Amino acid sequence: MGDYEPVLLRNVGVEGAATIGVYKKRGGYRALAKALKMTPDEVVEEVKAAALRGRGGAGFPAGVKWGFLPKDRDVTYLCVNGDESEPPTFSNRVLMENDPHQLIEGTIISAYATQSSIAYVYLRVEFHELFHILQRAIDEAYAAGYLGKNILGSGYDLECYIHRGAGAYICGEETGLIESIEGKRGWPRNKPPFPAVEGLFHKPTVVNNVETLCNVPHIIERGAGWFTGIGPPGSSGPKLFCVCGPVNRPGCYEGPMTITVRDLIYGDAYGQGMIGDRKVKAVLPGGISMGILTGDELDMKMDFADPAEYGLLGLGTAAAVVVSEDTDIRVVLRSIAQFFAHESCGQCTQCREGTSWMYKIARRIAAGEGGPGDLEVMYETAGNLGMMPGLSICGLSDGAAFPIRTLIEKFRGELEQHVREAPDEIEQRSPSTVRS
Amino acid sequence: MAWPTIDRQSPVTDSDAPPLLSDEVKAKIRSFFERYETRRAALLPALHVVQESLGYISWRAMDEVATVLDIPASEVFDVVTFYTHYWTKPRGKKTIVVCRSITCELMGAGVLLEAFKRHLGVGEGETTPDGAYSLATEECLAQCDHAPCVLINEKKHGRVKPDDVPALLADPDNDKLEVPRSDLYDPVLGEDATTRPRGGERKG
Ligand SMILES: Cc1cc2nc3c(=O)[nH]c(=O)nc-3n(C[C@H](O)[C@H](O)[C@H](O)COP(=O)(O)O)c2cc1C
Ligand code: SF4
Ligand code: FES
Repeated sequence: MGDYEPVLLRNVGVEGAATIGVYKKRGGYRALAKALKMTPDEVVEEVKAAALRGRGGAGFPAGVKWGFLPKDRDVTYLCVNGDESEPPTFSNRVLMENDPHQLIEGTIISAYATQSSIAYVYLRVEFHELFHILQRAIDEAYAAGYLGKNILGSGYDLECYIHRGAGAYICGEETGLIESIEGKRGWPRNKPPFPAVEGLFHKPTVVNNVETLCNVPHIIERGAGWFTGIGPPGSSGPKLFCVCGPVNRPGCYEGPMTITVRDLIYGDAYGQGMIGDRKVKAVLPGGISMGILTGDELDMKMDFADPAEYGLLGLGTAAAVVVSEDTDIRVVLRSIAQFFAHESCGQCTQCREGTSWMYKIARRIAAGEGGPGDLEVMYETAGNLGMMPGLSICGLSDGAAFPIRTLIEKFRGELEQHVREAPDEIEQRSPSTVRS
Repeated sequence: MAWPTIDRQSPVTDSDAPPLLSDEVKAKIRSFFERYETRRAALLPALHVVQESLGYISWRAMDEVATVLDIPASEVFDVVTFYTHYWTKPRGKKTIVVCRSITCELMGAGVLLEAFKRHLGVGEGETTPDGAYSLATEECLAQCDHAPCVLINEKKHGRVKPDDVPALLADPDNDKLEVPRSDLYDPVLGEDATTRPRGGERKG
């Protein structure tokens, strides 16, 4: 894996890469010039042929999504999803902080392909530094004639605005994001209608993830065949992976979707093993929403298909947090439950109530006060929460259910032992014992 | 961005107070209108500007934002209370946000939070008596590779150890960004920015 040549991260660590001059010197904005000589439909076809699957979590093919836009539309909007709030995911941040023009170029090409007149970049508000970096890059792109009226003399016009969020995970869900741009609380909408038909301001709208759009210039420049040549069928193209927790080299890395969780933790090009050679007890490999693996399941491939073989919901954000052997599994359970109880938007009764009850129980178990039946109630609640039984408006509830269900299934022994015979509270460990 | 003053004396309900939003703030809010199909869509940017200018979003400010956007005040209130980044009471000059999500927790955020509490002498959600700092926690800040992480106003700090806390608190630049700023969402403080009454402070 050591000889993989990064594509998406090629400018990371390069001096001045966030400025337009350096970006162009390194080949930037060539793809845009090429795309503007193609027809919008040709661009869509190229992205379709590349089978670029969405990197935001659901893995839906981008070209197919663009193809859902009604033919006879007047106004189209493109929303760039930079809400990135799923623990422990930070790859969009790395892309935007280090190489904002790559995203802008991908956005312009995708907006052209979908004939969008405005692109809104939805940024979570906690990205303060990043906001300034990206806004400056957008200003540079306007000044260079890549945004605004008659881009590069093509007759195509595009405005690009950053819309800052205000602290709500649910605004990463595409219809929650749309509501939030409209100036409302981020309450997801029932689907259908899908955004491609009726989205922002009731107009046809495409929502794509930052990493998805960063792939687009490379597909245009090097062709769909190059893209499908990377990684296995169904999971093609370069992919970013995050790894964090008690590993020697936490970070965001790029590779083909042939790597395993083990590579991500131990590989020289990735996490380089565990701090102090501790054993892996568990991994949440796709963000916290997709479910959990035990230390014996590290052969799972980080692609779109394999996670299901391990009982997980999907590849998710391909961001892994590693839990070491000396961590009490109740910490993980409580943390997951707390996150979803805090972030449920409260619209659907079983999600609002279910997530907060699961948190109450998890907290009780963590405090050494778990009682008989607690695990069963939690397990049952997790089974009756989500879109899968058809009860909720958005996917957050499945994301709350899967990690808790898989954690109880895979770590039942340890949890039962705590509930049964060890009414002890979790001790707080100092970070100095974790990382020197 | 610094939230310049703190006012813990005045009542939170200030709807009978004199107008709060300056003409510059209102003009800044209106400058967002051209970006969206509806005025209402300028609500989040408007609230950011208001909060940065006043230090928090008071009832009176919500009312005035509603007037500028031509929407019911109840809808402004609805949005303000939905998002965790908007606050309706004054905070300290700087807000410290400690990440409490999974990676940071595994890397010692719990102990770190305790250290901040000890050194500041306040609990979560509270402000120091001198108005210098407020302490808060948030879910994942998307910097898990630098866990445990902290935000001080706009500035992020990674791999913070409990022993680092005193020096971090003593550093006057602990909230200064190193990148060039865009003033798009910045507060409008007027010429006499340092002396102008803010945050519900009353005159006569
Ligand atoms: C609760 C929830 C949170 C989400 N958060 C994000 C997010 O932060 N960023 C993102 O790109 N997609 C997020 N998604 C997925 C989006 O709904 C949507 O599928 C995605 O932005 C589409 O882009 P893509 O097809 O390019 O992946 C989230 C979904 C759910 C259900
Ligand atoms: S499933 Fe949960 S987060 Fe999604 S809309 Fe319903 S209540 Fe909100
Ligand atoms: S878990 Fe703390 S930044 Fe992600």
